[in-house]
Amino acid sequence: MNLAQFLAGRLVKGVLVLFAIAVLNFLLIRAAPGDPAQVLAGEAGAADAQLLEQLRARFGLDQPFLTQLWIYLKGYLSFDLGFSYRQQQPVLNLIMERLPATLLLTGAAFLVSLVAGTAMGALAARRAGKWSDSLITALALIFYATPLFWIALMSQIVFALKLGLVPNVGYETIGANYTGLSRALDIGQHLILPSLTLGLFFTALYARMMRASMLEVAGADFVKTARAKGVSQPRVWRRHVARNAILPVVTLAGLQAGQLVGGAVLTETVFAWPGIGRLMFDALVQRDYSVLLGVFFVSSAMVVCFNIATDLVYRIVDPRIEAHA
Amino acid sequence: MGLRFGLALAASVFALGMAQAQESKKGGTVHVVVQPEPPMLMQGLNQNGPTNMVAGNIYESLLRYNEKLEPQPSLAKSWEISPDAKTYTFKLQEGVKWHDGKPFTADDVVFTLDKFLREVHPRWRPIVNAQVEKIEKVDDLTVKITLKQPFGPMIMTQEVASAPMIPKHIYDGTDYRANPANNTPIGTGPFKFKEWKKGSYIHLVRNEDYWMKGKPSVEEIYWQIIPDAAARAVAYETGKVDVLPGGSVDVYDVKRLSKLPNSCVTTKGWEMFAPHAWLTVNIAKGGPLANKQFRQGMMYAIDREFGKDVVWDGLGKLPTGPISSKTRFYSADVPKYTYDVAKAKELIKASGYKGEPLKILALPYGETWNRWAEAIKQNFADAGINIAIETTDVAGWTQKASNGDFDLTFNFLYQLGDPAIGVARNYISTNIIKGNPFGNQGAYVNPEVDKLFAAAAIAPTDKDRQELYTKVQKLLVDEVPVLWLLEMDFPTIYRCNIKNLVTTGIGVNDGFRDASKE
Repeated sequence: MNLAQFLAGRLVKGVLVLFAIAVLNFLLIRAAPGDPAQVLAGEAGAADAQLLEQLRARFGLDQPFLTQLWIYLKGYLSFDLGFSYRQQQPVLNLIMERLPATLLLTGAAFLVSLVAGTAMGALAARRAGKWSDSLITALALIFYATPLFWIALMSQIVFALKLGLVPNVGYETIGANYTGLSRALDIGQHLILPSLTLGLFFTALYARMMRASMLEVAGADFVKTARAKGVSQPRVWRRHVARNAILPVVTLAGLQAGQLVGGAVLTETVFAWPGIGRLMFDALVQRDYSVLLGVFFVSSAMVVCFNIATDLVYRIVDPRIEAHA
Repeated sequence: MGLRFGLALAASVFALGMAQAQESKKGGTVHVVVQPEPPMLMQGLNQNGPTNMVAGNIYESLLRYNEKLEPQPSLAKSWEISPDAKTYTFKLQEGVKWHDGKPFTADDVVFTLDKFLREVHPRWRPIVNAQVEKIEKVDDLTVKITLKQPFGPMIMTQEVASAPMIPKHIYDGTDYRANPANNTPIGTGPFKFKEWKKGSYIHLVRNEDYWMKGKPSVEEIYWQIIPDAAARAVAYETGKVDVLPGGSVDVYDVKRLSKLPNSCVTTKGWEMFAPHAWLTVNIAKGGPLANKQFRQGMMYAIDREFGKDVVWDGLGKLPTGPISSKTRFYSADVPKYTYDVAKAKELIKASGYKGEPLKILALPYGETWNRWAEAIKQNFADAGINIAIETTDVAGWTQKASNGDFDLTFNFLYQLGDPAIGVARNYISTNIIKGNPFGNQGAYVNPEVDKLFAAAAIAPTDKDRQELYTKVQKLLVDEVPVLWLLEMDFPTIYRCNIKNLVTTGIGVNDGFRDASKE
């Protein structure tokens, strides 16, 4: 099967999956108690029947259930993600406004964890049983087991409050009006704590997986054969072991990439990062259905895309793998 | 020559010093925490806590209220109440302009009170519909409100969140809720809306054309949105923010933060709201909850001092009844409930309670409320009440509380300056309405209470009103339709170099008009 056929097949399947997800999301969200009109009235500390009626009419909640579903699906077919009456903005605008911050954060965390994790894992495998292996394994275990919010708050207290090295919250220095390079540096400073915090868990995961995978491959017959043929040690590790051992890591990276959007709710909350994870969380608490559905849809679309991309990477890393549609 | 030069130099240095001294009094940027992010800033359409906190600096109302809740001039420079207490004449300030440059006139006032707020404001609507005969323009700077009957709390209805002035030229004849101007609020206030970076901050700048000469002093306000309470505390400690309005940080952080160098704290500025916390008892469910002796027993069973001292870290004050001691018409002359397990057991036994299982619906507003629920559950268990805690998220709570789907639930409500506006609503039988979590949710019915509240609202003098409110307080405290727990305190923590931040009964909500940074 050639690449074009493979891609076409996957795309058709992806669209069908997205449609199913869209319907399912709608049904699931409506199953939760409460509605946006009640939440808005509740937050205001005052309401009467007329206000609730007015709000429900605005949110379209006075329409029959199936009509609401139909309006929602029809909108999506024309790439209209709806309107947030709570925030008085089209949902697409809200998402596009927040997406760059999230991609920056999760992208940085992704790179850091992938590079650091794989390197640590490979190092640990080569030094198996030595003290550096023990150190890496122990660190990986600690990062793996420590709750994210605890790391987030402790890093704020240590690095922002006690040492004063980096800012504790936010995306950039508010009111400083930096532009160009100084703005980039400013954002970079703000990025350090949240991206490291978010990346730690996956760093640990990659390290453990890379180490285990490399040790497994290192004992395989073809590696013994290579060694017997007199191939040099570094070459054996690089060409024969690492290349074969990295496949499970690619799978994991595909999973993490799928979470690039919407996977950082906690980190964004603790670090006041103006990303899409928080947008989703706020929308959930406030039952802002259209925003919630919009974020769900965009992140599902990303997951589908990254799954396809992961399959392509498999083929590049290991050409023996056939791209089955 | 040399001498003259030297003198001139000294003079100019002196002059420069003077100029600098004067400049340092004016200007400066203040960073404030706002939490959660407000849904919008158009205060006429939305009265959420965070909306009011920011928008109170953009919009203005006819009156302001000081810490003693006495009316002060704002957009109305003076007012007159006719001897029969039925006509209110407001004289407006001269030279007031909307942020877009158009003049503010009596037409705007009439439009706001008679049309706009009547249609959209759930607190103003019942007042204007039930009490007001007509609202008319006398001349460009005079407005007359004629009442159907004397209405004691009328003079307390003009706080900025309750009656913000709305520009007629922007809203008249439009669909108010869909007006695109809702995203760029136009008021008459000391600060103008500049930018809202969703998820990060709201930026307000000084209104250079403000009608009060020389005010405001602060140049810019950034309202920062930081969702995590612990991160807000660290942001204050590291100097990222200067003001933590009441409720911004966990209660157990308040003492620590207010002891930091250059840190000031005040519990003032909440007199208008005077939040009163209680457990609503669902009397409509019948069974033990409908029994007065059982309710009194619950009241004796709760260690309210413990709640205040441990759960709320000593903040607040124990209430004696339905009316907060911070507002008008409070009376201490009521039956007292102390923590007394023996007496609680006795009353509960006498009520005929046979161990029917009950539930407390917890309020999903953070850890403090969960701990409170745990503490009270233990108190109830000690007194022999078979009780469990039920949890839910905010939307779920609102729905359950609105529909009377609970046995006991926490709630806390603002008193809004007058019992007729902020207190009566929780106890009168006409306010047993589904869909609203802030009415008489326990469905308490007592014709005597209805009568007293109705009479007190329209009684001609404050003395008459006090008499009626004293009576109703005594009656309610004996009946215990809800279990009053705490007059809540929400201290504002701020850097000491910010002066005059809290000058009125609504504190930070309109605080930056008078504030300055040194």
